[in-house]
Formats: sequence, C-alpha cells, structure tokens
Amino acid sequence: MLELKNVSFGVDDTEGAKEIIRDISFEVPTNKMVVITGPNGGGKSTLAKLIAGIEWPSEGKIFFEGQDITYMPVTERANLGIGYAFQTPVKFKGIQVLDLLRIASGKKIPLAEACEYLSAVGLCAKDYIGREVNASLSGGELKRIEIATVLAKGSKLSIFDEPEAGIDLWSFQNLIEVFEKMRAHIEDSSIVIISHQERILNIADEIIVLKDGKVTAKGPKEEILPGLIGTSSAVGACRMIEQ
Amino acid sequence: MIQLDETQKRILREVADLHKVPEGAYNIRSDGKSIGRESTENIEIIPREDGKGLTIKIKPGTKHESVHIPVVMTKSGLTEVVYNDFLIGDDVDVVIVAGCGIDNCGPKDSQHDGIHRFQVGKRAKVKYVEKHYGSGDGAGKRILNPVTEVTMDEDSYMEMEMVQIKGVNDTDRKSTADLAKGAKLIVRERLMTHDDQKAYSSYVVNLNGEGSSADVVSRSVARDDSYQQFAAKIVGNAPCSGHTECDSIIMDNGRILAIPGLEANDLDAALVHEAAIGKIAGEQIMKLMTLGLTELEAEEQIIDGFLR
Repeated sequence: MLELKNVSFGVDDTEGAKEIIRDISFEVPTNKMVVITGPNGGGKSTLAKLIAGIEWPSEGKIFFEGQDITYMPVTERANLGIGYAFQTPVKFKGIQVLDLLRIASGKKIPLAEACEYLSAVGLCAKDYIGREVNASLSGGELKRIEIATVLAKGSKLSIFDEPEAGIDLWSFQNLIEVFEKMRAHIEDSSIVIISHQERILNIADEIIVLKDGKVTAKGPKEEILPGLIGTSSAVGACRMIEQ
Repeated sequence: MIQLDETQKRILREVADLHKVPEGAYNIRSDGKSIGRESTENIEIIPREDGKGLTIKIKPGTKHESVHIPVVMTKSGLTEVVYNDFLIGDDVDVVIVAGCGIDNCGPKDSQHDGIHRFQVGKRAKVKYVEKHYGSGDGAGKRILNPVTEVTMDEDSYMEMEMVQIKGVNDTDRKSTADLAKGAKLIVRERLMTHDDQKAYSSYVVNLNGEGSSADVVSRSVARDDSYQQFAAKIVGNAPCSGHTECDSIIMDNGRILAIPGLEANDLDAALVHEAAIGKIAGEQIMKLMTLGLTELEAEEQIIDGFLR
C-alpha cells in the first residue's frame, strides 16, 4: 500500500540545519494497522505529515500503491485515497459538523449517513450534526469529529496523528473501541496511527519505533511490544492520568 | 396578477428568498413604483402620498404573520430615497423581510436609500431580515445606503439579520436603536465586499431601560481591493447588558477598520466588546485539502461557512 524509501527531512532554523527524519525506509502492507511509536520529538508527527503531503522529503521517495507520490500535492494525495487526522483538530467558525462530513465524503451524503460516522466515533449524532466545529466543542469532541471526517472520507490509507492527545481518559476508552472496530473492518485498506499508548499499540499488527528521526525497531506487535512496555514508547492508561 | 421578468424574479430570489408572490402582506417596489401590494386583516400597508415609501401598521396581538417589502431596481441611473415606517403593536409576533437588489447594466450609477423606522410595541417579537444584492456588468455603480432606526418598547424583542454578500459597490449603513425596560435586540450582520467596493456600517444601540440587552455581531470578509469600516457602539444608560463583536477575514488587498465602542453611564451596565481581523488560517485550508478540496475550493468553503 505505502512504501517509504530512504526518506529524510530537515529544516533550517535559527540554530542552523536540523535533520528531523533520517533515512527512513518501511512498508505499510494492505489490510494492516501499523502503529508508529517512540519518544516525543522523535519525528513521528513529521513522518505523518510527509505521508499526507503537508511536508515534502528533502531526500528519498514515497510510493502509494506503486505510484511515486513524493512531491504530489496534498489535494491529489487525498483524492488518491490518503486520509489524515490532525493531532490538533482545526476549528472553523460557521462550518458545521454536517458540512465537514459532506466535504470529507466528497458528496452531499444524506443526514442519516453522516450520523452513522458520528455514532461510529461514539458521539450522539443528533446533538452534534448541526454544531459548528468551533471552540464550543471540547478537545475530546473535536478529536472524535476529526476521526469521523477521516472515516467519512473512506480512505485506502488513513493516518491518525496521536488520536489520544488532548482528550480525557473516558473519551480515550471510547477511542480504543473506535480503533478496534476500524481494525476489524479494515478490508482492502491500511491504517497508520502515531501513538505511544499501550492500548493502541496492542491493536496494531505491526509496530515501528522512531527515535531521533531513525527507525530503531520494527516488526510484528508480538515481537516489538514486550520490549516497549514501561518505556515512554508504550504509556499505560494510568500514566495518562498522571500526565 | 403581478408579471415579473426574469431579472426581477432573480433579484427577488436573492434578496427575499421569494420564488413566487409571497403569502401574507407584501409590497413589491420595482424601479421607483409599487408593482404589487397586499394588506391583510392584521397588517395594513399604506403608501405615502408622495410615493416615497410605506407605512406598515401591524395590529396588536398579530401572531405568526409576515410582511415582505422587497425593492428591485433594474434601470441604470435611478436614484431614490424611500421611507418605510413600521408601527408594530403590542404582543405582536411577526417576520419582516425587506431587502433591495440592484441590477445595473448601464453606465450610470443606481442608488437606493431605504430609511426604515420601527416602533416596536410592548412584548412584541419581530424578526427583521434585510438582504442587499447587486448584479449587472455596467460601468454604473450599485449604491445602497440604508438607515434603520428602531425604538423598542418594554419587554419587546427584535432580531435583525442584515446581509450584503455580493455586488454592491458602495454602502453606508447606519443603524440606531433605543431600548426600553426589558427589551432585547439581537443583530447579526454578514457582509462581503469584493473588487474595489466600499462598505461602511455603524450601529449605535442605547440601552435605556433596566434589564435591556443587546448583542450586535458582525462577520465580514473583505477581498480583492475592497474596504470596510464597522463601528458598533453600545451605550448603557441603565442596569443592562450589551455585547458587540466584529469578526473579519481579510484576503488579497482587502482592508478593514473595526471600531467597537462601549459607553457605560450606569454602574450596573455590563458591556463587552470583541474584535478580530485576520486572514484565513493556513491550517483550515490544509485540513480541507486533506479532505480532497483544492486550495481555492477550501477558501470558498471557509468563507461560505463564516458568512452563513
């Protein structure tokens, strides 16, 4: 489905050139859920942006279903079948949840269908469908609406950047169920989740560990997860409360 | 039966959402004269003797009725000042739809200045919708300078929806309101200017009675080389509450001056203002692009939502 070959990405800031992603290569097979974990500042979100096309690599190639998409603009990638859920959901004055779901699906879907996407992320549809996607919604609500837009888009490859970030524990429990359901109905698609939550890692088929911009481990969950338990790459729910 | 040509029909759709002759009381003014008028048992529309406007009397206790008084101008070079007085009885609950559309395909400026005065009775509830629209590719300007004066009696409620989305070259709208005890005024203004248009909009709301309140909110977009000025002043002369907000998007070379103003003349006047001007956030465009829209489509969606 997705293949990264020797991808690097750097930025120039006041302290000079800085390499955030260093020579990364991996594949995301069809029908698999891959979770990318690792300590904060390791380059995980940047990697997600490189796949979605928000950033372009300074070196290397990205292939999607065999097609070179390295320098393909965001819109084209989206239309090709790549979905991306922002770590911090964007707020809009005036745009309602229903509008966003219709934009995501690319057509004027009936109300009932839009409501199904909200129900799928644990939101009572009738309470939210007409709400504006603005600051009146809580972090957890925005996050779930963000995920609903990616569901409504119906992508072949869906990327979720830290879906647990900024939400309360109760919402987190619901979120796990959402991803479990997505994993169960993955038919002919793939899911990439950036997360260091143990319970999300636990749903993964494969885990990639990213540290200092490099892949330090990758493989089936059964191989990788035991070595991560108790580290910052696999945080338990109790740690979430502490945080 | 009123005969409307295609331009008249199009403008009526734009300014009054009218697809046919409205139900209830109405007056349709086209190119300086009334082309259709209907009063009802409770709502009487009386033309002024000089032909420059109407007096609209709504009987006390009238409920769930509507008044449509759209204005259509299709002749280039026409200039008019129209006075419409609304005398709204106590305990009334009505919807009033005004609005003016100018189609100017000629070389001369067309101008309509509508002076609307409202006397709102005790406990009356009024929704007032005013839409302004311009079209036509002539060199002549389309100018609208509305004046709205509202006097609200005790415990009355008025909601004003003021919309100008497209095609009006110059506008200078002045609105004032005086509120008695317990009266409540809600204003929602939506304004978009484009090309080299200019729009000035000012509100002065005097909260004179105890427990009166006002919420004046403007959302506007200035694109191309257009200029807007929005000045909203809420004056608290009694224990009251007032809020005004101006939220604007600028694009291209658009410019906006926002002047929110508050004046408290009573210790228990609680007044708040907010104003924000900025371009469309890059992350908003990016989010919609990840959903498959182009940058231009994303901008349009964001503006459509903002001005909804």
